Amino acid sequence: MHIDATEKKWIYLTFLMTFAGIGVLAAYAIKDNIYPPSNVETIDSAALHLSDEFNEDAIGVRREKDGSIRVTMVAARYGFFPQGITVPVDTPVKIRIASADVLHGIHTVDTNFNTMVVPGYVSEVNTTFKKTGTFPMFCNEYCGLGHDFMWARLTVVPKEKFKL
Amino acid sequence: MQSYSDVAKLGLANFWIAFLTFTLAALLGLYQVLERAGMIPQFESVELYFGSVSAHGVIMGFVLTTFFIMGFGYWAAGTSLKMPVWNKGLAWFGFLLSLTGTVMAAAMLFTGQASVLYTFYPPLKASPVFYIGATLLVVGSWIWVLEMVMMMHRWKQAHPGEPVPLIMFGTTANALLWFFTSLGVASEVLFQLIPWSLGWIETIDVGLARTLFSWTLHAIVYFWLIPAYLAMYTLLPKLAGGKLFSDEMARISFIMLLVFSVPIGFHHLYVDPMQADGWKFLHMIGTFMVAVPTLFTGFTVIASMEVAGRMRGGKGLFGWIKTINWDDPLVLAGGLALLMLTIGGWGGLVNASYSMDVMVHNTQWITGHFHLIFAGTTVIMYFALAYHIWPKMTGRPLMSKGLAKLQLWLWFIGMLVLTLPWHIMGLLGQPRRISVAPYGNEVAKSWIPYEIAMVVGGAILAVSALMVLIILLGTHLRRATVEDREMAYAEPVEPVLRLPALLNGFGFWAAVIVVYLIASYGYPILQFFLMDTHGAFPWSI
Repeated sequence: MHIDATEKKWIYLTFLMTFAGIGVLAAYAIKDNIYPPSNVETIDSAALHLSDEFNEDAIGVRREKDGSIRVTMVAARYGFFPQGITVPVDTPVKIRIASADVLHGIHTVDTNFNTMVVPGYVSEVNTTFKKTGTFPMFCNEYCGLGHDFMWARLTVVPKEKFKL
Repeated sequence: MQSYSDVAKLGLANFWIAFLTFTLAALLGLYQVLERAGMIPQFESVELYFGSVSAHGVIMGFVLTTFFIMGFGYWAAGTSLKMPVWNKGLAWFGFLLSLTGTVMAAAMLFTGQASVLYTFYPPLKASPVFYIGATLLVVGSWIWVLEMVMMMHRWKQAHPGEPVPLIMFGTTANALLWFFTSLGVASEVLFQLIPWSLGWIETIDVGLARTLFSWTLHAIVYFWLIPAYLAMYTLLPKLAGGKLFSDEMARISFIMLLVFSVPIGFHHLYVDPMQADGWKFLHMIGTFMVAVPTLFTGFTVIASMEVAGRMRGGKGLFGWIKTINWDDPLVLAGGLALLMLTIGGWGGLVNASYSMDVMVHNTQWITGHFHLIFAGTTVIMYFALAYHIWPKMTGRPLMSKGLAKLQLWLWFIGMLVLTLPWHIMGLLGQPRRISVAPYGNEVAKSWIPYEIAMVVGGAILAVSALMVLIILLGTHLRRATVEDREMAYAEPVEPVLRLPALLNGFGFWAAVIVVYLIASYGYPILQFFLMDTHGAFPWSI
């Protein structure tokens, strides 16, 4: 076996860079409590209308006892229900979405709200919106020929203007 | 002189399927950028667009690659081992099986009965003929895997203790990598999609289907990439005017690619709800480990280029860059490929990151990233390999070196003009997999200048793709002959006379992969059989 001296230095540097990268990402994930939507929770997508959480009366925005906001949405070809949601700025928001049919996805630009919506599973995102304004929420996963037209609106308002 | 007529015939048959389907898929790409930009109203059709994207993705990802890699493998094995094909009848049977599968899948794609995109997206349902065709393509390629393993095995029996030629070592590593990685999609198609699409089972678990596909989805890109790396390690150093910097480091890199690339597919599932974050984090560590052999490769290839530049009289810190033999198309392609790999690799670190991925997941950033790495880095080397090998296979000289170099430059420029705006559009929130942007708000308006750039890039690439076909046809139809049909593989700076068994075979490494696969995918797959899950019925598009 022959390994050149310069090459040896590069090998050490490569491992150093790789482990440093993993370390930084791990440190941020722990420090800022970042975790991607990973709740591993099943639901019968064919019977959302009969479930306690996702029936037509239950979906929408509501305030929890601790002051945080909970958003419940259904994704179904070709729309998100409700189509418009309003939440207060700088307030913890828990968003829970289920699909009534096929795969969907949803994200909003400039936020870390981004999740797949997989039939048979509930997606949950915990985030805080930090900018006020109205933003589009796109369906970002091919769900059929009407996919392009599937989107919703997120309105983030100052805390004092938020009413339910 | 050894005759390579059997591997040349197999190689050419595979290469022609690869490049003919490539040209078709590249033209579909041009249609797609025009449709997506929305500038020509007559082109607007969601049925055509999603049918076209499905065909473009399946052809580029499964057909061009698999046939090119099989053809390259036969040629590399025959010319480096100086052996005839093992069981020639079986090799041709494998080719015909893959071809039959391709024709079946194509018939469904081009009649709009399989517009489910490259990753199949159950519970959207395609025609069962499409799934069966895709399966036959993969099963045919498994015969090629067996061919590569057997040829290396028989050569080692005949040459005890000698190092396997590097190009064959890397090709066999790739064959094994493909076998292990294709098991995921094969299980999804055989146990879920085919019986479900035929109505034998009513529902399938979409979470399980996506998990199985993720098993294949990442390592498949290394299956595509390894022939490009092999060209950089085994041909480029000599053509550039020098020697390979280190043969051993190349072998270590191939072994690391083989072991590290398969069990890391969860970065495709970072925002999927059916897998827990701990598993996603572990797969992220694995994903970053694959950067190690890629960084080793970058070092060895660039060091080999420096050896070449200095042997040709280059002086000073950067003077050697000028004196490299850039006149050779394969050397030029190697330089351009490394530039694209560097930019695309930096972008990839973002989508590979557990915590940064949510900013770009399912946006046009991703499309930009994989076009730069696959269509850029990888496919540009396929062109260069074709230009290098075609004259040796057919005995006819390359139609025009100048035209070949122009084609490579156009591909490089077109790819940058196409993909850099895509990265920006992704950061501006544009979803991938859309045909129009009917949102009518400020966010959507900010995409328009980048969509214009995308159309320009797509047009340059379409011209470049047509040039590939013209050059290959022009070469094949020439009357002149070339005398020198031997492949000249690069010599290492330090000759390799003896190698430890671990760097000359794959028995031990195959066992390591099995253990690593069970550790990283065992429970995440098992969980679907332990939970109370609800399957999905088939839906039409």
